[in-house]
Amino acid sequence: MFRRRRGYVCQEMVELITDYLEGAMPRAGRRRFEAHIAGCEHCTEYLEQIRTTIQLSGRLKTEDLTPAMREEFSALYERWRLETG
Amino acid sequence: MSLLSQIPMPAIHLNVLATLAVIAWQTASHHAEDEDAALLERLRAGDEEAFLTLVGRHQSSMLRLARSFVSSSAVAEEVVQDTWLGVLRGIDNFAGRSTFKTWLLRILVNRAKSTGVREDRSIAIGDAGPAVDSSRFDASGAWMAPPQHWVEDSEDRLAAESMADEIRAALDELPGRQREVVLLRDVDGLTSEEVCDVLDISEGNQRVLLHRGRSRLRAALESELGGV
Repeated sequence: MFRRRRGYVCQEMVELITDYLEGAMPRAGRRRFEAHIAGCEHCTEYLEQIRTTIQLSGRLKTEDLTPAMREEFSALYERWRLETG
Repeated sequence: MSLLSQIPMPAIHLNVLATLAVIAWQTASHHAEDEDAALLERLRAGDEEAFLTLVGRHQSSMLRLARSFVSSSAVAEEVVQDTWLGVLRGIDNFAGRSTFKTWLLRILVNRAKSTGVREDRSIAIGDAGPAVDSSRFDASGAWMAPPQHWVEDSEDRLAAESMADEIRAALDELPGRQREVVLLRDVDGLTSEEVCDVLDISEGNQRVLLHRGRSRLRAALESELGGV
């Protein structure tokens, strides 16, 4: 039987956020989550901050090999070439 | 991510930016897989330069991940070298069932685990406290001390390179297992499936660790960006 369920409270929302973003919530849960977001500016802000956090992590730079590292890996390659004959 | 650098950041709402970033990322990650595959072919044909290019492409990810398992940067570097030697020796074993990067990082994790493990990796997966301190909610569970808006007064800061240091510092503070999942998912852009594969954890544990890690990172940034 379908029954009306109460909405999520903010404290539950902050724990459900990853399941929501990962698409790991059942449809009914998603609807309740989205209904709460639509009516709560604080949880909207929180969701936004989590998205910003993810995005900032994704912007961490990749560093180039230093010349010394290049030398080391070049030596590693030579070692392997000798092994294999 | 080169698309991002061409966009004047302060003019765009972060929501839009996040969407753009995801699109740019997915495109970039397919492209990266193709490039890895091409380099691997050249390496198999005996091209040392292709090897060095491959090493360079994955060096940062590998060092960061290795460092999460072992007790010093020096040991992490050894693990990375050891991994590449293993890759070279087993180059014919890579069958392309996963991406090259996933295969590479799996080897790295196995080597790192057998080298010695940092203490903070022993924290149980479920044992991590709430995403947000319970003192910030009232008895009904509603926000009492809500998060303050980040964008208006700190958009320039969010855009600035300076935030990279805060993120790096906050990542270092995470318990090992959370850090590993966040590094792989959010820094390196692997899918949840790939992360489970690399770290040999279940989908459910991956999600719990990601949740704890992201929540802690957000809290660390919040204390940097004002608010609480």
